[in-house]
Amino acid sequence: MGASINVEGLVMTYGSLRAVDDISFAVGPGEFFGLLGPNGAGKTTTLETVEGLRKATAGRVDIDGFDPWKRQPELQRRIGVQLQASSFFERLTAREQLSTFAALYGIGPERADELLEQVGLVEKAGDPVEKLSGGQKQRLSIACALVHDPEVLFLDEPTAALDPQSRRNLWDFLQGLNDSGRTVVLTTHYMEEAETLCDRVAIIDHGRILELDTPDALIRGLDVPTRISLEPEAIGLDEARALPGALDVQQTAGSVVIETREPGPLLAELASRDALAGLAVSKGTLEDVFLSRTGREYRES
Amino acid sequence: MKTRSPLMSLMVAMAKGFVRDKMTLFWSVAFPLMFLVLFGGIFTDQGAAKLDVVQVGQVSVLDDLPKPAREALGEGFTVEKRESLDAALQKLKDGDIDGVVTQQGDDVVIHFSAADQVKAAQVQGWFSGLVQVANQAATDSPPKFRLKTEQVEDEGLKQIQYVTPSLLGWAVAMSAAFGAALNLVSWRVNGLLRRLRLAPIRTSSVVMARVGVSLVVALGQAAIFIGLATALFGLKLSGWWPLVIPLLAAGTLAFLSIGMLGGAISKTEEGAIGLANFIVLPMAFLSGSFFPLDGAPKWLQIISNCLPLKHLNQGMLDVMVRDQGPSAIVLPMIILLGFALVLGGIAAKLFRWDT
Repeated sequence: MGASINVEGLVMTYGSLRAVDDISFAVGPGEFFGLLGPNGAGKTTTLETVEGLRKATAGRVDIDGFDPWKRQPELQRRIGVQLQASSFFERLTAREQLSTFAALYGIGPERADELLEQVGLVEKAGDPVEKLSGGQKQRLSIACALVHDPEVLFLDEPTAALDPQSRRNLWDFLQGLNDSGRTVVLTTHYMEEAETLCDRVAIIDHGRILELDTPDALIRGLDVPTRISLEPEAIGLDEARALPGALDVQQTAGSVVIETREPGPLLAELASRDALAGLAVSKGTLEDVFLSRTGREYRES
Repeated sequence: MKTRSPLMSLMVAMAKGFVRDKMTLFWSVAFPLMFLVLFGGIFTDQGAAKLDVVQVGQVSVLDDLPKPAREALGEGFTVEKRESLDAALQKLKDGDIDGVVTQQGDDVVIHFSAADQVKAAQVQGWFSGLVQVANQAATDSPPKFRLKTEQVEDEGLKQIQYVTPSLLGWAVAMSAAFGAALNLVSWRVNGLLRRLRLAPIRTSSVVMARVGVSLVVALGQAAIFIGLATALFGLKLSGWWPLVIPLLAAGTLAFLSIGMLGGAISKTEEGAIGLANFIVLPMAFLSGSFFPLDGAPKWLQIISNCLPLKHLNQGMLDVMVRDQGPSAIVLPMIILLGFALVLGGIAAKLFRWDT
């Protein structure tokens, strides 16, 4: 269980546009791998080339020794793909969608009920797909990708267009997907999603990989100060600036934020002054990694 | 439950999508049926129309007619006696009656109106016959020749005989072309085609599933059309009518290929509908689906002969009501399958999985 993927020197050009510009990465069996980047960065193109939906202009893609561009049943049975758009048979119910997809893989209709259970859509089984909410459609389309219990699952922006609550619910579900050793590759433009779900993340911008590592390592590698925020009443601005190791102090709406590279002594000092009201400590995020590598603010839209 | 084959599961999915779409169902079944009822109803009434003749004064050929002959008259004519010739002629001019008959000496005079030449000719012909009979009777010898008339077609010139095969051809053309075009485009637009591309099925399965569903729909349309026309409008089928099945199958393939081509070219569903309409509607008119083209100018008939629907209609008329056998469908079948092959080939070349 669990396929391995190798991508070497992948290039995709559309006219003069290099949508994917020399991307290489490898995903091991059972790994949860993320392609993270803003819209238009080239992550979907990369993913679709790996899935076999597009032919690479140059470079090589290999899934367990198969070239995905050549349609081969042995490979097709190993990969499960959830597409960006919710691609369903019109006017079929949730259960019918699943049993139809199952039949395409030679699997019986009883699999549909198993999956409905797994993605929490049992009550919606008889509803036509047009009546499902955004989150329900996403879960159904992931279930459709899972009908044949694939060894590698590709998810393209699985939580796009979902409200924060639905997104978090879906994360819980997605986290369990590689428990059985299945390889999962996902694209997302949500930094938080990549941090929460992925074992390793490739940060992509303008068709190139900027960084590739575990989320923790990426953030650790960042030379960003720790941010300590407190209630404005806890400490005065001047007092805060005089704290040991304080680099920068800012007053924002509702809090005082102190930046430091030595959080230990500073926190001890605050504690001794009993000035810890509303304390929150934050290290950098993948957004900071993006910012530091591109000099651009990352926008999730 | 049994696991369906990929082909079967795709067919079932398409068929369910079709049946559950009220709009498609209306346009491909109810709408053509409305035309059948409309045409069937109109022409059935017209066929039963009688000729009204007014008799002014004594007309011996009518008055001396033996009783059985007089009764037989009642089937096609009503003869009414009036006093005033002027009033009767005025009614004739107004189109209220179809002829006025008087007798002057030995001359039987028929007044007719040139406004309705068909009825005028019928009235004249009928009275000329009456006069012949009266002349012959006056000689007191038995007639040497007798005229027997036999119509080539089954019964009357009932329009339903013409209308049913022709409208059925149009209905099948419409649903096959629209079904294929819409199916292809909407699956491409919503990304389902790409999803299917990644499933371990043959590309041909997707096409074959569409062919299968369209064939079933066409046969369903034929059953409804023929059943309704027989039950309500007195359609009389000739013995070879089951030959419509291979004909419709070939026709479905031809129109499917038109739809596939439209679906391959169009980027949006609206575009596909527009394109299918643009092709099918003029073709229906030019192929005699709504009215016969026998009286049409030569150039129009040449165009008509280039259209697949014309040959489907022709073949169906031949086997459904003209009592022609298998040889009548050979040429139409070859032409229809030829269309399917050529257009299907082009559609396959232009086929795209993606938008």
